[in-house]
Amino acid sequence: MALFGLFSGKKKTSAAAAKERLQILISHERQNRNGPDFLPDLQRDILAVVKKYVAVRDDHVSIRLDRAGDASVLELNVTLPEN
Amino acid sequence: MATIVTVTSGKGGVGKTTSSAAIAAGLAQAGHRTVVIDFDVGLRNLDLIMGVERRVVFDFVSVIAGEATLNQALIQDKRLENLSILAASQTKDKDALTEEGVGQVLDQLAEMGFEYIVCDSPAGIERGATMALHFADHAVIVTNPEVSSVRDSDRILGILQSKSKRAKEGGKVHEHLLITRYDPARVENGEMLSKEDVCDILAVKLIGVIPESKSVLKASNTGVPVILDDDADAGLAYSDAVARFLGEDRPMRFVTPKKQGLFSRILGGGD
Repeated sequence: MALFGLFSGKKKTSAAAAKERLQILISHERQNRNGPDFLPDLQRDILAVVKKYVAVRDDHVSIRLDRAGDASVLELNVTLPEN
Repeated sequence: MATIVTVTSGKGGVGKTTSSAAIAAGLAQAGHRTVVIDFDVGLRNLDLIMGVERRVVFDFVSVIAGEATLNQALIQDKRLENLSILAASQTKDKDALTEEGVGQVLDQLAEMGFEYIVCDSPAGIERGATMALHFADHAVIVTNPEVSSVRDSDRILGILQSKSKRAKEGGKVHEHLLITRYDPARVENGEMLSKEDVCDILAVKLIGVIPESKSVLKASNTGVPVILDDDADAGLAYSDAVARFLGEDRPMRFVTPKKQGLFSRILGGGD
């Protein structure tokens, strides 16, 4: 193995892949975790209201809460279909 | 004042019960009056790992239900006079663990003079696990160097930081990372996450690294906490972890690959 390693240059090990995947996943999960408990429900309700008027796909509505200092910003993104 | 130490992980099969037994035995060995409680109602196993399975008459749930006194339910360890075991119920519903009931039992144990109460949490994030987390002063997060275990550990950290009693009162649970089933040779080959990788990802202070070892199965086969096996790497690594928990500064052992002789390499010996 060590000999092959010499010739193949710096091939990424599976442990390095594991670390990278975990770092991405966990930072994403931590963002959601720090949000208030009502956020998923709010997203579902908003989606239902939007859907009443426009046909949008579930994954075209995103909602996030950012904290900046002592203010919180609720950001809602709806991607509307072209027509 | 008793200190409540919860041993938790989220994922099953990573070594929570082995670690609970070892940590409790280690604290008792260090001269502290210690009780270890199994929170896995319906799937108890701590009794088996501690070798007291034939001495369980009453359990944690029967104490909460008022069917037995704590003195009747506590099992005194035959090897360590400072150590007692409180088994989980094997039959009753896990909802039997109420916050009020568990709190009362913990208070009573503190009044009886126990210095450390080690809570062996079940896997998952249901009642038994959340109860064990809720009352924690310290949490030992048991993690294997493997993706699903690390992810679940992070999830448990999130629960500790938001839902535990200490967090709700504006405080913080002391978190300690215990990496188990560590294989230094595979880490060196890049086949396994290193202890540094896991610490980076979880951002928790490392309290110990337990090497993958045949002695752990041997210990559970015979019902003796592995920490009592002075010849085992894993036992010595647990002793180090307990000493660090108690404030001692000890270097990490068993974290580099063992040097194998030519013979054992040819014959395929070693662990």
